[in-house]
Amino acid sequence: MRLKFLTLIAAASLLGACASDTEETSGGQGSGAAAPTTSSSAGATQESAIQGPTPGTQEHLTVNVGDRVFFDTDKSDLTADSREVLEKVAVWMNSYPVATVTIEGHADERGTREYNLALGERRANSVSDYLAALGVNPNRLQTVSFGKEQPAVLGSNEEAWAQNRRGVFKVN
Amino acid sequence: MMKNRLSSTRLFAALAIFSTITAVMLAQGQPARAQLNVDITQGFVEPLPIAVSDFYGATPEEQLIGHDVAEVVAADLERSGLFRPIDKGAFIQDPAALRNVPRFGDWRVINAQALVSGTAELQEDGRLRVEFRLWDVFGEGQLTAFAYTVPPSIWRRVAHIIADNVYKRLTGEEGYFDSRIVYIAESGPQNRRQKRLAIMDQDGFNHQFLTDGSNLVLTPRFSPSLQEITYLAYVNRVPRVYLLNLNTGQQEVLGDFPGMTFAPRFSPDGNAVVMSLAQQGNTEIYRMDLRTRQVTRLTRHPAIDTSPSYSPDSRQIVFNSDRGGSQQLYVMNADGSGVQRISFNQGRYATPVWSPRGDLIAFTRMSGGTFYIGVMRPDGSGERMLAEGFLVEGPTWAPNGRVLSFYRQMPADARGKQVTKLFTIDLTGFNEREVATPIDGSDPAWSPLIQ
Repeated sequence: MRLKFLTLIAAASLLGACASDTEETSGGQGSGAAAPTTSSSAGATQESAIQGPTPGTQEHLTVNVGDRVFFDTDKSDLTADSREVLEKVAVWMNSYPVATVTIEGHADERGTREYNLALGERRANSVSDYLAALGVNPNRLQTVSFGKEQPAVLGSNEEAWAQNRRGVFKVN
Repeated sequence: MMKNRLSSTRLFAALAIFSTITAVMLAQGQPARAQLNVDITQGFVEPLPIAVSDFYGATPEEQLIGHDVAEVVAADLERSGLFRPIDKGAFIQDPAALRNVPRFGDWRVINAQALVSGTAELQEDGRLRVEFRLWDVFGEGQLTAFAYTVPPSIWRRVAHIIADNVYKRLTGEEGYFDSRIVYIAESGPQNRRQKRLAIMDQDGFNHQFLTDGSNLVLTPRFSPSLQEITYLAYVNRVPRVYLLNLNTGQQEVLGDFPGMTFAPRFSPDGNAVVMSLAQQGNTEIYRMDLRTRQVTRLTRHPAIDTSPSYSPDSRQIVFNSDRGGSQQLYVMNADGSGVQRISFNQGRYATPVWSPRGDLIAFTRMSGGTFYIGVMRPDGSGERMLAEGFLVEGPTWAPNGRVLSFYRQMPADARGKQVTKLFTIDLTGFNEREVATPIDGSDPAWSPLIQ
């Protein structure tokens, strides 16, 4: 338990380094490699806590794989970048067969509320379908849409909107 | 079926809107010689100068009620943009003298075209009796007169009913002042926006929060009976359509669907709700009979089909679909047959709402980075834009089909500060007014006239 607590702190500080002014962690694609290991003085045997997130957790996915993919305006089909991330997510899910994931579909604010709810649902399912096609058991995948209700990045500009049109993996 | 109490019973008792109102038409006296009329179909019209005198009260308490009633009547008429209440400081004849018959000359010199007078009397049985008379100043005659006997607590409703009568007598159209608006009260930054269901009179008074903000709530709509509201709520992060009974405070999830339900709206008779069900990436429109709970699927298309709204005769439904490649408006028969696209101009179209008069459909249009509120005929002709902005959305019709409410969202700053406000605008595109709310607001839904 104590070990897990320590690793969570390590993960949090790692994420803190790249967290922007947002509520959710903005991992993005390929953000961060494995946690750096403390190098100790040569020859000495030393006990140290394993750093980095606990395998199979949200933090582990976010740090090692990325927790989200992005969409073009009013689109739900997957870009080449997104497919690349999803292939890694599929490998990750197959490595941790107990993990189940909820895929949240989101839209930017430049649409109407009800249509964006439907669009978010379509995006979440587009992600879910691709993971299933890659061999992930669909029973491990849930979807939910938040439409334009929960932007990840603040502001009303193209950069914010691009990052808010997204599918996000939430490890349950 | 999930049921839980929303809030205290007392709140909902206070919300009960069906109180005993006894209305009597008073003797008409001699008819007005001239026909005083406000033409409201021609876009901008010079507002009609009208004098609304304080209603006469024999006691200080009655005087106060008489003053307050007159204030509410004048404020309603002013906000319609069709009337210009004259400053009371210019009035020559006082309420006591006016109680009998106007000295029309006194009102002509201040150029009042119409005059509202009245009395307020607290009866021995504890009820309030309010009389009002509408006069044609230049025609020197009485246009209409009514008396109402009510519990004193609902004096504001009496004022709204009087304003509705004045509006109707002078414009020939039904009024809309004795009505309410349910909407989403908002606060907080963009990414942690707290949203609460709230209800108020159309002028912003008698405001009440209906939910505490712990769950995300969206898109409330009134039942025609005004007894119920249907809306979307995320309970435990699961989005479902709910039904809230305003008299009991009970809310229940509507139906047991395998996916997300949203975009609910009542049928004109109140016996059904049409809504969207999203499942496996496909959003379709369904109708649920509220008595039998029987569910009927109305659309069958792999595209998004959402935001259904019935025509007032229940024969057709207008909805939003991207089946043609982008969001557009479509009309279908109530059984789902005969789908026809009605929007063809540039841009994307959304949130269609059929006017209670049946003659127009209001919508949101997005084109070239601008959002518009517009109207078109049900066959798609006669399209007109009424309001525009960075983001305007979600039109809702006043019960008389002459005024729309919608919300306007300003661009957020880099720190996520967001401002959303409710507005009303006349069907002609003039007289845009903000509706004052305690905190930010969105997703307004106008009630029918209270019966």
